[in-house]
Amino acid sequence: MNCFEIKGLNLYYDKFHALKNIDLELESGKITAFIGPSGCGKSTLLKTLNRMNDLVEGCRITGDVRLFGEDIYDDTDVNLLRRRVGMVFQKPNPFPMSIFDNVAYGPRTHGIKSRFELGEIVESSLRAAAIWDEVKDRLKKPALSLSGGQQQRLCIARALAVSPEVLLMDEPTSALDPISTGKIEELLLTLREKYSIIIVTHNMQQATRISDSTAFFLLGEVIEYDSTETVFAMPRDQRTEDYITGRFG
Amino acid sequence: MMRRKRKTSEILLGAVTWFAAAVTIGLLLLLVGFILVRGVPHLKPSLFALHYNSDNVSLVPALISTIVIAIVSLVIAVPLGVFAAIYLAEYARRGNRAVAVIRMTTETLSGIPSIVYGLFGGLFFVVFLGWGYSVLAGAATLSIMILPLVMRSAEEALKSVPDTYREGSFGLGAGKLRTVLRIVLPSAVPGILAGVILAVGRIVGETAALIYTAGTVAQIPGSPMQSARTLSVHMYSLSSEGLHTDEGYATAVVLLVVVVLINALSARIAKRLGRRS
Ligand SMILES: Nc1ncnc2c1ncn2[C@@H]1O[C@H](COP(=O)(O)OP(=O)(O)O)[C@@H](O)[C@H]1O
Ligand SMILES: [Mg+2]
Repeated sequence: MNCFEIKGLNLYYDKFHALKNIDLELESGKITAFIGPSGCGKSTLLKTLNRMNDLVEGCRITGDVRLFGEDIYDDTDVNLLRRRVGMVFQKPNPFPMSIFDNVAYGPRTHGIKSRFELGEIVESSLRAAAIWDEVKDRLKKPALSLSGGQQQRLCIARALAVSPEVLLMDEPTSALDPISTGKIEELLLTLREKYSIIIVTHNMQQATRISDSTAFFLLGEVIEYDSTETVFAMPRDQRTEDYITGRFG
Repeated sequence: MMRRKRKTSEILLGAVTWFAAAVTIGLLLLLVGFILVRGVPHLKPSLFALHYNSDNVSLVPALISTIVIAIVSLVIAVPLGVFAAIYLAEYARRGNRAVAVIRMTTETLSGIPSIVYGLFGGLFFVVFLGWGYSVLAGAATLSIMILPLVMRSAEEALKSVPDTYREGSFGLGAGKLRTVLRIVLPSAVPGILAGVILAVGRIVGETAALIYTAGTVAQIPGSPMQSARTLSVHMYSLSSEGLHTDEGYATAVVLLVVVVLINALSARIAKRLGRRS
């Protein structure tokens, strides 16, 4: 089954044509990696999947994006869409409030008020993000007192707390040290069973370590999309090969 | 050659900056010292009587009126200024005509001498609306006077909240209103408070805008519709009457203490908020 089906997607920032005729089918319950040189539109495509581009003035989108068959640019409730399609950003961005309140923010947004229920959600989300043991004794402490790697896992917990179906991650480890990166990669492999994950990465090894499929982008176009093994072992396109072997700018 | 020249100019610059700093501090010490020397010996218990009469020239009613007028002014100006700033910073689209107009208006307003606010308040609140010389007319006038300051600092504070917070909130499915009220506004509170404290400073130091609006009655106001004088106006009256110059200096000492207290308190609040976030 596919979580996202994208057909004939074009995106413009004012006059600039940032995404060109994208056709992609992203499988659910898998990890899909987006790779490609800086500025090729990976983040832009990711943000069309939960309509974060709505916030950008002058951004125009044509084409068809479906989440489990529903057109998300039809008259969908954007807030509901973003609950179903969570996002983790490049730089960890916990809110300046306590660890507990960070994770509880999403559930509270969607109407959960009971302290008991919130406590359960916070604990299970922090456990799922493999950070519970590190923070269970200081849930009332400010989230900004955590280390960078912990902050990013907290942001993952925060995203999981609203029970999304898909997780979008935009270079979630690029600001982290190798040990924190390793922890997050392990975590993603455990999350794959329950969530569909789409991850942008600059790191080829990361793509091969964790992803099932890989899409290679260049100048706003999808050049190649296949199982990760195929893309890295026998790329069909010369440009893909150049990129993954590091012969590219 | 070059090195020698650089050295002389460096010494010269050092001397100039040292001199400027010394003059600044010296003047400040002179001023404070002068007020303390002239004022402290006249700090008599009668100055702190609950009721004013022309014998004791008590400053307590003026102190209370200062606090009341400051609070009423803030209650009017802070919500208005903060919500206007929220509109400007969070809701208005880029290049919006209304925003340009609002911005120009506030900039112009903040450059107007306070006596002009006083005259306007006197004509509008006191005469046209028939409020008479009153705490309410004075506070309303002051709130217009401090509105640009409050709005401007609130807007700056809101704008300096990182966009990553907004993205984080939207990304969880929160709407605009919730994002602004729960995430952006709390993060902006220290900056907003800094503006509010500057505004309090202007209120406490104001005379011209109050004389024509709140009047100069030296008793504790029984209602917002009664006239009252703040400490600064009280000092102005004492020194212009010329009968109680010594008590005027003693009052200045108290005003100085009030200002120092406000600064200390605000530093404390800023520190506490800074630690929390
Ligand atoms: N908000 C924006 N306004 C205008 N142009 C943008 C905006 N965001 C991105 N772009 C442009 O779109 C292209 C793709 O950007 P992005 O999706 O961020 O690339 P990537 O994530 O692959 O590095 C770049 O050329 C970038 O300059
Ligand atoms: Mg990017």
